[in-house]
Amino acid sequence: MQTTALHALHQELGGKLVDFAGWELPVQFSGGIAEHHHTRTAASLFDVSHMGQVLVRPTSGQVADAATALETLIPASIVGLAPWRQRYGLFTSADGGVLDDLMIANHSTHFFLVVNAARTEHDLAHLRSLGEVEVEHVADRSLLALQGPRAGGALTQLIPEATGLVFMDSVKLSWDGTEVWVSRSGYTGEDGFEISLPNERAEEFARRLLDIDGVAPAGLGARDSLRLEAGMPLYGHDLTEDINPVEAGLAFAIPKVRRSGGSRAGGFPGADVILPLLDTGTPRERVGLRAEGRAPVRDRAPLFASAESDEQIAVVTSGGFGPSVGGPIAMAMLPRGTAGTVYAEVRGKRLPLSVTDLPFIPHQYKR
Amino acid sequence: MGMIRYTADHEWLDDSGDDVAVGITAHATEELGDIVFIELPEVGAELTTGDEAAVIESTKAASGIAAPFDGVVTAVNDELAESPEKVNEDPTGSWFFRIRPADPGALDSLLDEAAYQALIG
Repeated sequence: MQTTALHALHQELGGKLVDFAGWELPVQFSGGIAEHHHTRTAASLFDVSHMGQVLVRPTSGQVADAATALETLIPASIVGLAPWRQRYGLFTSADGGVLDDLMIANHSTHFFLVVNAARTEHDLAHLRSLGEVEVEHVADRSLLALQGPRAGGALTQLIPEATGLVFMDSVKLSWDGTEVWVSRSGYTGEDGFEISLPNERAEEFARRLLDIDGVAPAGLGARDSLRLEAGMPLYGHDLTEDINPVEAGLAFAIPKVRRSGGSRAGGFPGADVILPLLDTGTPRERVGLRAEGRAPVRDRAPLFASAESDEQIAVVTSGGFGPSVGGPIAMAMLPRGTAGTVYAEVRGKRLPLSVTDLPFIPHQYKR
Repeated sequence: MGMIRYTADHEWLDDSGDDVAVGITAHATEELGDIVFIELPEVGAELTTGDEAAVIESTKAASGIAAPFDGVVTAVNDELAESPEKVNEDPTGSWFFRIRPADPGALDSLLDEAAYQALIG
């Protein structure tokens, strides 16, 4: 299994290490629920170095050429992405499904992409199919996420310039003589930052952050319950090649300029499938589910319209316990317009779940 | 009588009362993480060795407590169904159910403290 630059620190801090997409990373330190609450009330430091960091440079030297090339794979406005800003995007398939979700930052002369760990090799090959760009997999940098209402106060103690960033800014700053790439973003629904820095300085930086009052280490277990409460899809669960962006609730990732009638309409894989769906709507949609009882309802649990019905209407795509919600929550792709109560089958019993809007917990971004 | 026994599935059994109290070990709770839901058997249920007697859901996964031997459930700890986190806080003080073994010598073949400690290393 691969390890990150913080592996020894995780062990020292008592992290329970498990396999995440081939990487040995902490699922928890003190406990997943405690770490979840700490993130929502203070600040947590997550090691997300398993995620793929990728640089995409224009062979022409003109960054606009790289933007144009990326738009052939991703239905975002990348040409319109201002320098030092970041956007959420999707790699789409010819069938209109999703190959991965990612962050795209304009670093002025090139683009900086962050992709899912399990999809890194796929995405690198996919990007290398483009002729107009050089694709570099950044393996010598760690990626840390500092998340929570006290993240800003903590990070500015080490990097004062970080104070001026707003949600989705993505800039290069200096920490103690080292270049760090800082974005104001994350995947918890809280204010926070993702910080890319050289592996050889990652542990020292993490220790400096953890020395700050209010900052504690958190594992990827808490990150999962935080993103579930924040209503964010997880690739491989709520988002797959069999789920299109519109039914996944990700139409926001396809701006008007790339839609029918826009000045750069289409031109990405699956556009002929996806763009009409923006007008017609989809037969199913991603929704939240809240259990009425205490029993968690997990991924793949079959869903039924009634306690007696034999006809399965969907499966749970992500499910677990929501510490801030105070009970079991889940997400599923349900027939459009489904409201009220649906039933999950768990250990042979039908458990009632109420259909709710997402997110379960409002986002707290600093815009 | 009165000796705590263990199964290789990380259950503890205390036969100091009229019947056998069953819980899970501290090692098991560390492996499971935060426990958020417990489903208990019904009093009077007749269990065969290996039957799923209770279900424990942690934030990570669901797991079962298997009946350690044939017997009848004589009591359940409803407090745990209300407050499952108590198992994390005090695993050896949190019994799930009591069972009357069909064979009074049922516990003799289970692990003693030394054997269990050797098992978990």
